[in-house]
Parts: sequence; structure tokens; C-alpha cells
Amino acid sequence: MYAIELSHVSKKYKSQTYALKDVSLKVEEGDFFAFLGPNGAGKSTTIGIISSLVVKTAGQVKIGGYDLDEDPIKAKKCLGLVPQEFNLNVFESCLAVLINQAGYYGVAKSVAYERAEKYLNLLMLWSERNHQVRTLSGGMKRRLMIARALIHNPPILILDEPTAGVDVELRKLIWNFLEGLNRDEKKTIILTTHYLEEVERLCHHVAIINKGKLVSTGSLAELVNQLPGQSYILSLEEVLNNPTKEKLKTLSYEIKFLEEKAIEVNLLKHLSLSDLFKDLGQLDLKVKSMREKENQIEQAFLHMTKEGYLS
Amino acid sequence: MTLKETLIAFWTLFSKECYRFLRIWGQTLIPPIMTSSLYFLIFGNFIGNRIENINGFTLMEFMTPGLMMMSVISASYMNVSSSFYFSKFQRSIEELLISPTSNHTIIWGFVLAGSLRGVIVGVLIFSTAKIFIDINILHPMTFFFFLFVTSALFSLAGLINAIFARKFDDISIVPTFILTPLSYLGGVFYSVQQISETWAFFTRFNPIFYLVNGLRFSILDLSETSVNISFVVLSFLIVTLYIICFRLLEKGVGLKT
Ligand SMILES: Nc1ncnc2c1ncn2[C@@H]1O[C@H](COP(=O)(O)OP(=O)(O)OP(=O)(O)O)[C@@H](O)[C@H]1O
Ligand SMILES: [Mg+2]
Repeated sequence: MYAIELSHVSKKYKSQTYALKDVSLKVEEGDFFAFLGPNGAGKSTTIGIISSLVVKTAGQVKIGGYDLDEDPIKAKKCLGLVPQEFNLNVFESCLAVLINQAGYYGVAKSVAYERAEKYLNLLMLWSERNHQVRTLSGGMKRRLMIARALIHNPPILILDEPTAGVDVELRKLIWNFLEGLNRDEKKTIILTTHYLEEVERLCHHVAIINKGKLVSTGSLAELVNQLPGQSYILSLEEVLNNPTKEKLKTLSYEIKFLEEKAIEVNLLKHLSLSDLFKDLGQLDLKVKSMREKENQIEQAFLHMTKEGYLS
Repeated sequence: MTLKETLIAFWTLFSKECYRFLRIWGQTLIPPIMTSSLYFLIFGNFIGNRIENINGFTLMEFMTPGLMMMSVISASYMNVSSSFYFSKFQRSIEELLISPTSNHTIIWGFVLAGSLRGVIVGVLIFSTAKIFIDINILHPMTFFFFLFVTSALFSLAGLINAIFARKFDDISIVPTFILTPLSYLGGVFYSVQQISETWAFFTRFNPIFYLVNGLRFSILDLSETSVNISFVVLSFLIVTLYIICFRLLEKGVGLKT
């Protein structure tokens, strides 16, 4: 059974072209899944459809094995949602927000209170429990929405850009918290983000969507494997002279000369770094340091969301 | 949802809505008392005794049930329309929409809280009237029945208004341009026997006339039309509005994109 299963889901907003076009996607139970795509790709629309806030034009959605149209109550109970936009009642206290949300899932107040205490503590919000939401900072509201999404103890948690506008320290807190949920409570977590280091740190599987179409899914390794090559920036010990430059150009790498002592090498997939170093050694070039031009996931992301990819 | 879960969901919503209007009682419960006190003072004391009796009652006595209904209608209508619209506006309504709480529970939660406010306002105005005149409830069951059912009806109407509303203005248009004229022309200050045939004819198409009539019967034992007809009209309207509300919520009109 899959935690989330979308089959041929499409969405057309009023008087618009398709925001989602025939998206099929499966997320395994217990996975930590990243749902990526540029602005306007259709991530929030997809999440809206899963959380029954957006009406789909076509397709089928299953949550925790339950069809959202046929078995909406069971399907909805499986899901916790942290939306992209704040949707809190600003005149309620933090505790009231949590207890009311639990109530809408039929969770008794005493149970909700215990869970609220647990999650507010873990998210460092316990001291704010009696404060009205309007007095909270953006980062606090974000964390309150995370606690709210967990208050009915759902096996699946979807977070739409949970770390947008959150400072470095709090971002780490949220990361550790989510990792803990995935590891210790075996919750399936799906998140969207524009920070790819977050994906690298947290996620096992990834789906990339662009202009309403799914362009790639797989593990992080599989994603990186789909790259035609990898670019590195090499700093050399000595200044390059023209004859050496000419010789470098004859090698089977794409090389760009950046500064006197730096080059960018695009290494195609079938070649390895040791090939490169052997060739550079033969030209008597010593490499002082080397770094990836972009992080690989970032490269994969940019590659797959380029105009014309897949067509 | 099990029955217990449904009851928890209902109670959560209902108590939250009640807490809201009780917390801001200065805006929700006091103004109707103020307004009706002024009516009582002016029409009851200042000019009331210069006006001849209506169907054997003083203007003040005749007017009390109508004034109660006017406030009950606007209190219950505004309670639901503003609360529901505000939660749409700040999107906290999504807390309900993503949850397994059924649309029936949502309607009951909002409408019963709006009704409670209506009944409280009605009772408060009646108590205010008692300060000015000696007036009693002759049929208490009918009294509470009409107060409650009127409140429920206009809570439903307020909910429908809020579902369609796209901006704050949209929830004040109906009260200003429809409810207020209908209330004034629903026989609050006059008897249908006193007015011309044409106006009397139109009054009989005004649902508020039947509500005022039912409440007037419960207090004064005076009825200008059969209370049974009032009962039938009310029941019919409530069932109709309930079905409309439910359909709109099921379709997600104004709530889901
Ligand atoms: N309520 C709406 N009405 C009309 N069009 C909409 C609506 N919501 C989204 N869209 C359109 O649907 C497309 C997908 O939007 P969506 O919000 O799903 O993107 P996203 O991937 O979440 O982007 P971001 O990273 O900026 O949050 C966009 O073209 C957007 O303009
Ligand atoms: Mg989005």
C-alpha cells in the first residue's frame, strides 16, 4: 500500500490552461519525500487536491489506501497538512488552535491537550501557548501550523514550504523535528521547498514537477544519475599559458577558462574524476582545490526544469 | 466519524462560535438592547399614548414582539455571516475543510450558535420591555419555539450569504437592502387590518410577517393569521435553506477553487 497515490490527476482553474496535467505519483509509506518544482509549477495545487481544498478536474487520489472521493473520512484522517499560506485564526490562542483542530477530527480535549503539550514543547512554543496567534512571529506561526497538523496523529504529513521565511537555527530545529517524526513515529513526510540542501539532508525520494507536468521521480541517487554530466571548478597551482590552454581544449571534456588559475570542467557521465586527474597530470597541471559548481541536486533540478526537457 | 467523534466536532465548533459572540458581548448583545430601549422610550412613552390601540393593545405591547424579531433576525444573521466570512477571509475555515467534519456538522455548529445568540437577544429585549410595561408570555413553548426557529432560519440565510461573499461589503448588502425593509414592512408597527388592501397583500408574502405573528401570538394571544400557517411557512423555509446550504458546502462554492 502507498501512503499517497495520485492517478492521472488534472486541474484546470477557471478560464485558465491546465495547472496540473495528468499527474500520477506514488509515495511509499514511511518515505521522506520531496516534491519540487519552480514557482507556479503546480505543487500547492497538487497538495490542495490531496487535502480537499482544491477540486480536481480529473483523476483519482488515494490517501493511506483510501479513495478520497469514496472514503473521504478515513482518507482525511490519515493526513496532516501544513499549508504554504498562514491560515490561522489570529484571535485564537495557540492552545485553542490545536484543541479546536483536534476537535474537528473528533479527538477529545484531554487527548488533544496532551499532544499539544508534547508538540508545542518539541517545537519550542510551549511558553506561547496562551498567546493569541496575532502576537506570534512568522516563524512561530509556521511551527504552530506544524503542531496543528499533527494534533490528530495522522500517519502522513504534508508540508508546503515549511521553512520559507524561517531563520537558520529554527530551520535546523524543524529539520530535526521532522527527521524524528519520520524515524521514530514512522510518519510519511512529503514536503515542498525551494532549498535543495533541505532535500539533500532530509529526503529519500523526490518528484519534480514543472508547468503542471511531472518530469521526474525517483531516489536522490537516481535523480542525480539522470544528469548528463557534472561540473567542477578547479583551482590550479600555476597560471595557465596559451599552449597548455590549447592542449586542454583537445581533451574530451567541456572546459571553460574562468580566471588565470581556474577552470570549469564539465565531466560527462561516462568519465570519472580519476580520468580527468590523469589527463591533467600528463599536462603537468597541479590541482590545488576543487569544488562542485552547483550541488548535484540543484543541477538535476535545473536540468529537468529547463525549457524543452522531456519534449 | 463515529457518533462520539461527530459530537466532539460539533461541540468544538458550536462552543467556539458561542465563545466568540459572548467574548465580544459589547458588540453583540448590548446594541440590540440599546436600540430597542430607544424605541420603547419614544414609541412607548413619548408618542405611544397619543396613538390609538391596535387590536385592543397599546402600541408598545403590539410592537414588542416585532421589535424582538427585528433584533433576533439581524443578530442571528450577522453572527453567522460575519463569523463564517471572517474565517473564509483569514482562511481558518480550511481547518474545517480538511477535517473529516461533515457539512451537516458544520451547518449545525454555525447555525445553532447563531440561534443561541438570537434567542439570547430576544430574551434580553423582552426583559427590557418588561421594564417599561407590564407584559407577560402567555404561551411560553410557542414563544421559545418562534424565537429559536426564526434565529435558525436567519442563521442559515447568513451562512448562505457568507458562502457567496467575496468581500466584507457583501455581507452587509443583504441586511441593509433586504432584511431591514422586510422587517419594517412585516407588520412590526402596524396591523394588516389597518393598511390598504394592496399593502396587506404584499405583507402576506413577507415571511417576516409570519414570524412576528407567531411571536405576537405567544405573548399577547393575538394572531392576525393562523399560527399554523406561520409554523408551516417557517418549516418550509428552514428545510429549503438547509438543503441549499448543504448543497453549496458539498460543492465547495466560495470555499474551494
Ligand atoms: N486559485 C487559483 N486560481 C487560478 N489560478 C491559480 C490558482 N491557484 C494557483 N493558480 C495557478 O496554478 C498554477 C500552479 O500554482 P501553484 O500554486 O500550484 O504553484 P506552486 O508550484 O505551488 O508555486 P510556488 O512555488 O510559487 O508556491 C500557477 O500558474 C498559478 O497561477
Ligand atoms: Mg506553492
